[in-house]
This record gives sequence, C-alpha cells and structure tokens, in this order.
Amino acid sequence: MTEYRHNAAAIRALVRDDAVHRDVYLSPELFDLEMERLWRSVWTYVGHDSQVPNAGDFYTVDIARQPLLMLRGTDGTVRVLLNRCAHKGSKIVGAGSGNCGKLLRCSYHGWTYTLDGSLRTVPVKSGYADTRFAESEAASGLTQVANVAIYRGFVFARLRRSGASFEEYFGDSLSSIDNLADRSPVGQLEIAGPPLRYMHDSNWKMFVENLNDTMHPMVAHESSAGTARELWRDQPADAPKPMVIEQFLPFVSNYEFFDKMGVKIYGNGHSYTGVNFSIHSAYSAIPEYAAQMEEAYGAERAQAILCESRHNTVYYPSLTVKGAIQTIRVVRPIAVDRTLIESFALRLVGAPPALLERSATYNRLINAPTSVVGHDDLYCYRAIQEGLASNGNQWVSLQRNYSDREKEEGLLGIHNGMSEVSMRGQFRAWVAAMAASAADEA
Amino acid sequence: MQSVGDDNTLREFVYYEARLIDEKRFDEWYDLYADDCRYWMPLTRGQPEGAAHTSLFDEDKLLLKIRIERLRNPKSYSQAHPSWCQHILQAPSIESRDMQIGIAVLRTPFMYLENQRDRQEVYAGVAWHHLRRSGKGIVIALKKIDLLNCEAALPSLQLFP
Repeated sequence: MTEYRHNAAAIRALVRDDAVHRDVYLSPELFDLEMERLWRSVWTYVGHDSQVPNAGDFYTVDIARQPLLMLRGTDGTVRVLLNRCAHKGSKIVGAGSGNCGKLLRCSYHGWTYTLDGSLRTVPVKSGYADTRFAESEAASGLTQVANVAIYRGFVFARLRRSGASFEEYFGDSLSSIDNLADRSPVGQLEIAGPPLRYMHDSNWKMFVENLNDTMHPMVAHESSAGTARELWRDQPADAPKPMVIEQFLPFVSNYEFFDKMGVKIYGNGHSYTGVNFSIHSAYSAIPEYAAQMEEAYGAERAQAILCESRHNTVYYPSLTVKGAIQTIRVVRPIAVDRTLIESFALRLVGAPPALLERSATYNRLINAPTSVVGHDDLYCYRAIQEGLASNGNQWVSLQRNYSDREKEEGLLGIHNGMSEVSMRGQFRAWVAAMAASAADEA
Repeated sequence: MQSVGDDNTLREFVYYEARLIDEKRFDEWYDLYADDCRYWMPLTRGQPEGAAHTSLFDEDKLLLKIRIERLRNPKSYSQAHPSWCQHILQAPSIESRDMQIGIAVLRTPFMYLENQRDRQEVYAGVAWHHLRRSGKGIVIALKKIDLLNCEAALPSLQLFP
C-alpha cells in the first residue's frame, strides 16, 4: 500500500468527485491518520449532560484514542478532562460512569484533584521539596479539553486547539438537534438508560455512510421488514398495527418513497435524509402528547415541530440523530476494521411515558446486536470489508445522481433522496481534514 | 388450579426447549410458547420491568414468528453461512410454584454457543422459565434470560439463547 503520512497528494488522490479508493476503508495507516487529523480536529460527540446531572457525576469515553472524562463540577459546569493522572499516567477514573464525590483520587498513589482538574493534594508532599515539581506538567493537574460546547444538552469537544468554531462546524445542521429537543414540551432531553452496544467488525465509515443510504433498506432489510410485512398481509386494512409492525414496515417502502424523502446536505460532511417525510412519518398519534405540545408551544409551532420527520441526521463523523423517534447512535472507531456503535434512547422530559416506550422499542428492534435489521446491515459491511480486498477494481462508486455541476456549484442543499450526494459530501470533508498536516493538540 | 407438572416433567421440559432451538425445530419450539408469551433478555443487570427500558430481546409471539420466518428467508443475507447454536444447561432448579395462578418458575444456569462457520461466540447466563399448563400441555409464559455479559459490546447474536 502507498505510504500516506507524508504524502498529501496521495491522500487527495484517494477521493475523486464521484468515487473513493478502497484504501480509505482498509489501510491501518489511514486509520491512524484519521484519528489524528480528522477525529481530533473536528467537533465530536462526547455525551449528554443529562448523564451527569449532579456535581461529581462522571461519564468516561475514548475518542480518537484519547481517554476522556466528562465531569460536572461543584460549580455546575460540565467539563471534559483527559482521563490521565498527572503523576504516572493512570486513568484517574476506571468506571464508565458514577459519582466521584468532591475529589478525584488516583487509585495508584492517591493524588487528588478537585472537580475542575486542579491538583489538590499529593501524599507526603515534602518529598517534592527542592525539586522542580511546581514548574512541571505534574503540578498542573488533569488536562482540560479547551474546546467544549454544549448544545441542547449534547456535549461536543474538539481535541485540537485550533479549528472551526462549534457554530461554524455544524451550522444549520443543528436544527435536527433542535427538533429533537423541541419535541419535549419543556425543551429538555434525558438519556434513558445505558446504550445498546453493537461491535461491528468493519470500518466506521461504512456505518456512517449507511445512515443516509436510502438504496439499501428494500434490499438488505427485505428478509426482516419484508417478513413482518408478509406476516401482517392478511390483516384487515383497519386492524390496529402493533408498534413493531408500524416500525418495521416502512423499511421496505419502495424506491419512489425513499427518493421523494429527499436529502439535505450541509458543509463538513453533515446531512440528513427525510426532508419531506420519512419512515417515521406514519406512526400512530399519541393524543395526550399532541395536546401537551399544543399547550406548550401553541398549535402552529407544535404542528411544525411534530411534522418535521427527519430520518437520520449525520453529525459527521461521530453522531447520528433520529429526532422523530428520539434515538441517537454514536460512532466509536476502534481499528480500521472495528467500530463500536452505541445506541441510546432519549426521554422527552415532560412527555407521556408512551414516547419513551416507543423509542426504546425502536432502539431494540433496529439497533441491538440482536436486531434482525442490524444483522443484515452488519453482514453487508463485513462483505464490503472482505470484498474490497479484491485487486481488480479498487474504486468504490459514489456516482448516483452525480453531475459535474457539483464541482462548480458545490453540493449543499436539497437533493433527491436516493442520491449518493451525502457520501460525496462526507468524503469532501474527509479529504480536507486528512490532507492537512497534523497540528497542535489538546 | 392444577399443578403445572411434577419436578421431573418441568426439568425435562426446559431441556426439551433448548434442544428444539439447537436442532432448529422452530415450529415445534414456537408452539411451546403461550399466545401471550414474552421472551425477554434485559440489557442491564437488575433491569426493571417495563417497555421504557431498552432490552436485547423483548419478543411477543409475533416477534418470535418474524425471527423464525426471517431465518428461513433466502434473502436473510446474514445467514449466508447459517448460524447454529448449542445450549449446555445446568440442572434446572424449581424456584417456586404458585398454585393460585398455576405458574412454576425454574432457574437454569446455562452456557450458550453460537456458531457461524469460522466464528464462534460463547455466552453464559441464567434462564428463568415461567411455565403454565394449557390445553396443549405445558407452555412458556415467560422466558427471561439474564446474560452474563449483557452490558458488553456484542457482535451479532442471531439465534435464541
């Protein structure tokens, strides 16, 4: 394989206007560079502030090989710290989540830190008298990630010091998070319980691309959603649909449906399908909830919030959001051919329990490692991972509905739903970050 | 209310249920489940009841049917290499008998292996069978599976622990 680290031209040559070279999914070197140049230079999703409601609550996560600690301080501020003791480098918090009390204390030599990461005490500190301790890295405590933004409770971080601001990076794509949060009558969300954790032995980009791939459901999911449709076929048209039938059936809608759904492209790789309607549009109404929303927002605004039915919004590269069914999927790349997908259901604060029950059901049916929908998606990703070893054709086609006009006019805006334009947008963002040289970090 | 069955009959029933899955005799297996059954695998240890909590499995009879028929569908691409499984059961203990509602509860520690060609996953856990008697014999009202690694990142789990 080509050597890429010191060869920006070789990286640029991987991405054509309408195709990408297989190495983007196969090369361990490119994966290392993705972690350094893409994942650390853009805004990635850390967690939701509802996971740390009280002072001392923490949540740990690894992003771009950096162990991170999201922690609420005694002042109520949510910070993101590097989860690494200033002394010998031990992870300061081992658990995935919990409450650390008023201090963080290292399990090895007992150094303690206040909740803003400052070093508080070192046992028998006299041992450091007459040393250069005070001027050393160790004295400055836990490293804090400087660039953290919290938007409607969603906590994002940019690990690299310089780069686009949060608003520049996401722009109007934040409207999908707004729509999700606005669905609560009080505008607030809570993560509801731990995530489904599905290990994919495939490259992370296959999952991210798939979220706005509207050409696969009627094929890959025919065996699951199509079976549900067959089993339901003999029911009278007015028979009340069980929730699972209501959630499965739209997956096998026809091409016309998915094309008319539409896809909207933003800069920096972000996009959403379901501009006009989506697979979530025809769910049964929950009358009590509709009344609540009208009371909270007024009839017109409530109608506008609830009629927005976006399918998947990709916050490139780390987060995908489904506002209409209140679930999110978080992308955690581990190796070039290994990706953890964590899927959370969200509670709309103040809404009737039926909403969360619907979200949790959807999450299980679609996103679980036990999901009949997920099984076939993962099978396809694996098949790509293995098939790309082929030396015959080394290019992955992203040509559907491509036109040379994209070169001059760009690809922002609304397109037909079946276009592969969202993937072309993702690779434009990818190559821009990857061909840039590595810069300062943390 | 009639007894669900003597201890030996109940234990044999649990072994038989696992055997039907392992041999992929899914129609016979499906018939062991009550019409209002639940096949439940929680996502967390000590997970409370209720649909507001995400589970790994929470199947009613319709969902079991969808799974069974899907496995037979030639377009189930993830079954290009068919999955096979093997239950290894510890002797079930009879935990309780409620003569009022006619339910017997059995607890069965198990190992469960799921294979697909060169891949083989090993799971362990405890299965709880809530059994009752119906016109067609003993049926499963609830099978709850407490998976040892329920909170772990899992690969595809395609059959039935």
